[in-house]
Amino acid sequence: MRPDDGAPAAAAEGPGEGLEVALFVTCLVNVMRPQIAESAIDLLEAAGCHVVVPLEQTCCGQPALNAGDAEDAKAMARHQIAVLEPFAHVVVPSGSCTATIAHDYVALFADDPVWGPRARALASRIHEVLSFLVDVLGFTPPPVRLPATATYHDTCSGLRELGIRAQPRQLLKSVEGLELVPLPDADVCCGFGGTFCIKYPAIADAVVTEKTAAIRSTGADILLGGDLGCLMNMAGKLKRQGSTVRTYHTVEVLAGRGALPGLGEER
Amino acid sequence: MAQASEIVPGFDRRTAEALANRQLKIAIDRTAGTARAKRAAIVGEWPDFAVARAHGKAIKDHVVAHLGHYLAEFERNAVASGAVVHFARTADEAATIVVGICEAAGAKRVTRSKSMLGEEIGLPHALEAAGIERTETDLAEHIVQLAGERPSHIIWPAMHKTREEIHELFKAGHAAPDLGETPVEMAASARRILREKFHAADVGISGANFLIADSGSVAVVTNEGNAELTTTLPPVHIVTAGIEKLVPSAGHALQMLRLLVRSATGAAMTQYTTFHTGPKRAGDADGPREFHIVLVDNGRTRMLAEEGGLRDMLRCIRCGACMNHCPVFNQIGGHAYGGTYPGPMGAVLTPALDGLSMQTRDLAHACTLNGRCREVCPVDIPLPTLLRGWRTKSWREGLEPVTMRSGLSLWRSLATHPLAYRLGVAAASLALRLMAGRSRRIRRLPLVGGAWTRHRDMPAPSGSTFLNSAAARARAPGRGKGEIR
Ligand code: SF4
Repeated sequence: MRPDDGAPAAAAEGPGEGLEVALFVTCLVNVMRPQIAESAIDLLEAAGCHVVVPLEQTCCGQPALNAGDAEDAKAMARHQIAVLEPFAHVVVPSGSCTATIAHDYVALFADDPVWGPRARALASRIHEVLSFLVDVLGFTPPPVRLPATATYHDTCSGLRELGIRAQPRQLLKSVEGLELVPLPDADVCCGFGGTFCIKYPAIADAVVTEKTAAIRSTGADILLGGDLGCLMNMAGKLKRQGSTVRTYHTVEVLAGRGALPGLGEER
Repeated sequence: MAQASEIVPGFDRRTAEALANRQLKIAIDRTAGTARAKRAAIVGEWPDFAVARAHGKAIKDHVVAHLGHYLAEFERNAVASGAVVHFARTADEAATIVVGICEAAGAKRVTRSKSMLGEEIGLPHALEAAGIERTETDLAEHIVQLAGERPSHIIWPAMHKTREEIHELFKAGHAAPDLGETPVEMAASARRILREKFHAADVGISGANFLIADSGSVAVVTNEGNAELTTTLPPVHIVTAGIEKLVPSAGHALQMLRLLVRSATGAAMTQYTTFHTGPKRAGDADGPREFHIVLVDNGRTRMLAEEGGLRDMLRCIRCGACMNHCPVFNQIGGHAYGGTYPGPMGAVLTPALDGLSMQTRDLAHACTLNGRCREVCPVDIPLPTLLRGWRTKSWREGLEPVTMRSGLSLWRSLATHPLAYRLGVAAASLALRLMAGRSRRIRRLPLVGGAWTRHRDMPAPSGSTFLNSAAARARAPGRGKGEIR
């Protein structure tokens, strides 16, 4: 897949030199943890990309889609397609929002003569951020230092809908001093599931309780993952249990923000 | 439909009871955990698993696409071999046919080997109502029958029972107060009880794993050999099978069988694989005098025609891998699903069989859409997509709560008006930060948020929203990174 269409061969400044990349921030990152977006921009710029933040972007519509509300989902999808389609590359710091745009938009508009082709065109240009850095750019981030042990949870949408498994582990090798310890059942859902955890709190709690037990069994100081909803679920449970494990999106650590407070921690 | 559709009490009550039952969790973890480990091991050693899976999918899709053809071929060949073939459109019709055959044979006692379809058509109930004594001969079904319960898993019907509970059941049910508690002693006791029943049975009823079109044969696999005693000793053998069990030939059945067994138990092969073709012929050592095959539709042709991809569900070979790997099933077990079939496949099938209603709508929602079920499904059924299809249907039919409806329509109007969205979510961010104070996490959220904070903290936003800061940067360029457009 690389070098990407239109991308010049790796220039001195980085493999993304000359590429214009739009950042789709996602609702949760926008509200709950803006430094994930900042970290993504840092990494993309370090790779030489020109990053654009379209201000008109909103929600990909996944909450409506997963609720069965196809009409509202389509309205939100049309809005994002119009905002994002001018860009050759769109990068997203979330596996599940990427999968919504890459797969579900195409299915939503499968029979639509106008929006179908536009959805398919956008689908071919949308990338989860870690997959973009590795699979499209072949980029190795500049080394940062973080002496700690971390464990990595494979968030479901990224893993199963986008095939993201090796990329974060490969990128994390550039973090000096960081030891990655395997998480038992790393590919088992954490019980977030969007509104699932609000609609069925007791089931979700039972699932996340097993997950945090696995996380704590590793003895790691840090929990990493690629989807903020899942990370909030696990971090929220860890904090409620009084655990000292710190939780971050992988890009935060890669961009050198791994010593700042994790999710739900005091400054 | 008969008792299979009784979905009381509600889903929330059933899950609460299941979650409170720690014995249940121990029992599930033992069985499903072993099944997952063994499946992973054997699939890992199977270099062409992906090829076999694609092949299995293609076989089933082909049959489903030509169902009429294979049904006719199967019937022709089965009749030629001396079998009597019956068609049942509904569950009730199927149960009535089976009871009718039993009554015509003057049957007082029947033995049954494990069949989920029998459960689906309410056969245990129908036999009881007709005053016919029914003996379940599969060991796990025997346990379930003694307990007066229903199967909680399609492969291990008594998965929800611990050994200790089974010991108590056997002591009482086998009238053996001194029964030892080793598995060997317990199995021997069951064997003693069941042996009498095998010999006394007037009719044996089994399910089918495959219906072989080109020979009219019925293939049944078990690990205990009870199906063989059920189907060969009594003078009458009745097979009940869903029409989706058809395969073109025995060769195809064997290909599907490899996928089935490895996905179900992680073994390479079942202990017993039997092909039944017609009744006893002159010169045969054993076999039934009459051989009946009841082919059951019960909503299957409707699934074939219906929008929303339910046709994909007709590929299901009932291996149970999806439930063994489902994070929700692993917490609540099978009974909480309230239908004949539990887990992801049950959550898709139950609304198709019993109808989508306020009683069944929860099944599609009680799922995180994590996709592990599809990943392990040996015939690649897109279970999460099908579950979302039910959510969409439920939404269209007005079964979804009004709070969700108004919430999402408000969210849609924000999300299609960028400035309103930016300011709206910025206000939410501020509110959350104020609630959290210096601790950076919220221990109690109001309203729906309470469902979150009942069990976990809510991390507070780490600062003002990204897009609001970006908008500010756009007005004062030069600070920060990224071009704001
Ligand atoms: S849906 Fe797939 S995994 Fe589940 S029982 Fe059917 S064949 Fe097996």
